[in-house]
Amino acid sequence: MAVKEETNALSRVAKDPVSRRKFIALGGGSAAAAFLVACGSDDSSTTTSSTAAAMGGDAVIEEKFGKGDVGILNYALTLEYLETAFYADVVKSGLFKGSDLATIRKFGGEEAEHVTALTAFVKKLGGKPAPKPQTEFPLKNSKSVLELAGTVENLGAAAYLAQAPRIKSPEVLAAALSIHSVEGRHSAALNTLLGESITPDGAFAVPAGAAEVLKSVEPFIVS
Amino acid sequence: MTNHELAQPELAGVQIEEDSGDLSRSEVILKGALAAGAVYGAMSVAPFVSRALAMSGGGDVGILNFALTLEYLESTFYKEAKRRAGASGELKSLIDLVARDEDEHVGALTETIKKLGGKPVAEPKFDFPYNNTKEFLQLAQTFEDTGVSAYNGAAPQIKSKEVLAAAGSIVQVEARHAAAIRLQNKEEPSPQAFDPSLDEAKVLKAVEPFIQ
Repeated sequence: MAVKEETNALSRVAKDPVSRRKFIALGGGSAAAAFLVACGSDDSSTTTSSTAAAMGGDAVIEEKFGKGDVGILNYALTLEYLETAFYADVVKSGLFKGSDLATIRKFGGEEAEHVTALTAFVKKLGGKPAPKPQTEFPLKNSKSVLELAGTVENLGAAAYLAQAPRIKSPEVLAAALSIHSVEGRHSAALNTLLGESITPDGAFAVPAGAAEVLKSVEPFIVS
Repeated sequence: MTNHELAQPELAGVQIEEDSGDLSRSEVILKGALAAGAVYGAMSVAPFVSRALAMSGGGDVGILNFALTLEYLESTFYKEAKRRAGASGELKSLIDLVARDEDEHVGALTETIKKLGGKPVAEPKFDFPYNNTKEFLQLAQTFEDTGVSAYNGAAPQIKSKEVLAAAGSIVQVEARHAAAIRLQNKEEPSPQAFDPSLDEAKVLKAVEPFIQ
């Protein structure tokens, strides 16, 4: 069992640059060690800057989506638009039936609710909601689509995880966390369907900075 | 001494003991609670014990100790399940995986509390009432969903960015467990678009019946 999992994790790392980066960041799988590195430095300024560097994306979000919580919310909104559009396209594709289709509809509906909530939050903070991007997804067969869904959800969960400590407003943070764990649930459900580990990073989920996330979704954004 | 403790008259009598031995702070509080129980009747003990455990330390350490109590509960629950839940095949693998994750959470939270200069709560004794796989899975779902809501409820009160990042990394894993357990129960892995958050009092009320 353990051997099999390690093989899976390693093959995933080998073919997926995102995972490879995560793997290196974790020092070859010692997640607890990474956790403590994140929490334990006595030099708080060093810790903060190295944590920010590990998470990345501060500058990218400011540049593309604006400053502060509004910038973070608009970044999240863009990702939620992407997920919503993806699931809508998958439903239309006719590749899924029965309980799989029901799951896809359910997840798509939840992403749409996230879009609505984030839009409202941006407005509440006096910001202008990010526009809905034009998207295009490769929908060849059910297997590749499920794999893409798994990738997108796992990335989405990692994206929220990276931003949570950067959020200023406790209300925005509470909202982001309530969405973050739902993305985690989606990820685990899809990983189960795919026969992959529900916790590919082990006991501690690994964040993904905005630069990395945006690069990964770039191929699906037409304009 | 925190304001919270001052507000608990039951504790006044045990403060003397705080520096008199090698009892941990939480054990001292626990002893006070038990003494209070003798005064106010056994019914009042369980809620107060849990609350005292949860609040010990205050601030980030208090929140981490609250989380540690929940992780102890989950860790013990799955460890026991390896021999008690009657699981085989896919469910057995899932129990093994979750047990390992919860155990790592216990270890990491304990170390983090120590690094912050706090004292980790002692591991409580638990009692899990289930007689078969189905009942185990129902209980597992309650614990995982409650765990997610507990972290989501506590996280906005965390002061340190590093501790918040760590709590986030754990809660995502709890959410993943919750989804997987729900699938085993043939239920929606994510029943709603926004996971509810629970405050400490509600979480403790939910887990109290399982703490001896």
